Amino acid sequence: MNRFDWLSELIARCEDEHILLRGGSAAELAPAHVLNLDVEDWGRFAEVAKQQVIRWCAIWALQQDDENLLLNACFEKEGDYLVVRAPLELRSPVLPSHTPVYPAANRPERHMQDMFGVLFSNHPDHRRWTRHQAWSEEDYPLRKNFPASNEKSKTVEPATDHHYNFFQAQGAAVYEIPVGPIHAGIIEPGHFRFQAVGERVLNLEERLGYVHKGIEKIAEGRDPAGLTKLAGRISGDTTLAHSWAACMAMERAAKLKIPARAEYIRALLAERERVANHLGDIGAVCNDVGFAFAFIQFGRLREIWQRTNMEMFHHRMLMDVMIPGGVKYDLQGAQINELQQQHTDLKAEVTELMEILDNNTSLEDRLLNTGVLSPELAEKLGVLGYVGKASGIDYDVRRDHVYAPYGQLTVESPCYQYGDVASRVRVRADEIFQSLKLMDEMLTKMPEGEISIQWKQPLAGAEGIGIVEGWRGEIISFVRFDDAGRISRFYSRDPSWLNWPAIEQLIHGNIVPDFPVCNKSVNGSYSGHDL
Amino acid sequence: MLKLLNKIRKTGIVTEPVDRSAELDALGLEVKSIIDKHYAGSFAIRAVDAGSCNACELEIHALNNPLYDIERFGVHFVASPRHADALLVTGPVSCHMSAALLRVWRAVPEPKWLIAMGDCAIDGGEFAGSYAVMDGVNTLLKADVLIPGCPPTPALILRAVLQLLQGMHSR
Repeated sequence: MNRFDWLSELIARCEDEHILLRGGSAAELAPAHVLNLDVEDWGRFAEVAKQQVIRWCAIWALQQDDENLLLNACFEKEGDYLVVRAPLELRSPVLPSHTPVYPAANRPERHMQDMFGVLFSNHPDHRRWTRHQAWSEEDYPLRKNFPASNEKSKTVEPATDHHYNFFQAQGAAVYEIPVGPIHAGIIEPGHFRFQAVGERVLNLEERLGYVHKGIEKIAEGRDPAGLTKLAGRISGDTTLAHSWAACMAMERAAKLKIPARAEYIRALLAERERVANHLGDIGAVCNDVGFAFAFIQFGRLREIWQRTNMEMFHHRMLMDVMIPGGVKYDLQGAQINELQQQHTDLKAEVTELMEILDNNTSLEDRLLNTGVLSPELAEKLGVLGYVGKASGIDYDVRRDHVYAPYGQLTVESPCYQYGDVASRVRVRADEIFQSLKLMDEMLTKMPEGEISIQWKQPLAGAEGIGIVEGWRGEIISFVRFDDAGRISRFYSRDPSWLNWPAIEQLIHGNIVPDFPVCNKSVNGSYSGHDL
Repeated sequence: MLKLLNKIRKTGIVTEPVDRSAELDALGLEVKSIIDKHYAGSFAIRAVDAGSCNACELEIHALNNPLYDIERFGVHFVASPRHADALLVTGPVSCHMSAALLRVWRAVPEPKWLIAMGDCAIDGGEFAGSYAVMDGVNTLLKADVLIPGCPPTPALILRAVLQLLQGMHSR
């Protein structure tokens, strides 16, 4: 199969529909292909793409000058990425929405509406999303005339997020449960609004944005090292994968080829991050149905794993080990043997524990058939990572959109059809075993040499895209540099953007007390989503 | 079921002396005696994420894993601020969380203590200066103890909690 087999067909279909394509480029945002459109065709292009079974990934804008925005939407098919671009005048910032054909675009478009002050004319939901009360409806933080440090938003007695029109359900036995932003456990803040009859959930609506920190805005003006540090704090549990995606985007913009050994160490660390999170979450899912044994055992394994991170890479969660041009720490010979031993030990432990979990009927009773996301719905929502893999979406960036060093390795990825909590746990366990195998392969094949290369300043306006498989799934980062080698635009799409809406769907018909376990089995990042 | 019990037997007790240093052990024991005396054996903490990247939350969770097992010193995490003796705040305090943070602080009964955990909660950390954050807990409230780190390790959090208690009730 050749790369971009489907592109000529898509272009032909666009011509049939009289969508004017104003040139394209394979180099501009390589390895993604770029097509330029007029904004009038923005919506119709999405219709054609949908007919061609192309997946919607992301939307972002950037301000080119005082009068113009440049719109970007990212699509994927068969592991190849397409970025569609169109100019939009700020004088009349109105454009067609992708949401009617791609529900995944709903919240990302509302984020753009709040941040840039654009209007999606046929969007089914014009409510604000990222904006609560911290800045006014007339202010748009990502426009260049909005100051990064805006004192207006910092009032001493801040307003709460009133006047958000939640969906309502009425009826004799219907009652409403508002939950959050502060939850009972030690987790991130967000609001959930349930309508229920008895114990059964009729409807769930999420309200996020509470941990919005203005990451896209404060990225502007940073140097590459500063952006890497910030990207490592988009979502703390994904620090490695996010900083990798950001570095990849910057290195592509600067046309910098990093040493092969650095690529291997990055991948090794990314797999360590995946394993650490899966260990913690399998235990936490079990804990949410009262099976403390697994919580304690997996918590123990995670802790041992994190201590090795600390010993070898000087941070328990691998923060700031990534630098533009490579990695900060090398592996010594003895450490390689130590890691191999750790992989063998962990494999034995997890095998033993999964057997106990599989044979526990009370656990089975709570996890099987709970929180089912059908493959049809999963495809419609465009969910990613283990949420997708448990519901028939067989996509993994490492295997399908190969990036170094995964091309030289054997990447396996699980896929199940049933889409319940038990399947999501199963995917996590499978991924642990596959990551252990991958890491052993990396240690055997690890090339000798340098672990970083001197940064080189990219040209003014240079752009790059970085796409990696984080432990939650596909992460997409975009950067653009200014004329001083600093960041003029940074965009990051955590997989949580597309996975959060799945919880609203998979909870239907479940009982309210099963919400924590359903939520944990998806485990969206609040911080990664709110930015 | 037999396999489960066998696994528990084989694993044994993995809880370890904190930091493996006698000094911290002594601190732990001293604090336990303070908690026993002033808090009827239990000191309750309510954790609030006020805009953290979630790394701090993961390290708070780690405190409850069997290696640290913070509950053995009488320190435990509670679901409601009304049950809490102290509030443990993470994150730079995003503007969207500041109202909720103030409300939850008011809900904690006196006497109460405020712990700012992580570089963000101290001064905004990596997010300082953003239009969307308050640059730390002290811009709204007065923290009694600061725990630096990004994120602070579980051992550091434990040490800070123990020191807070020690300072509060030292002879």
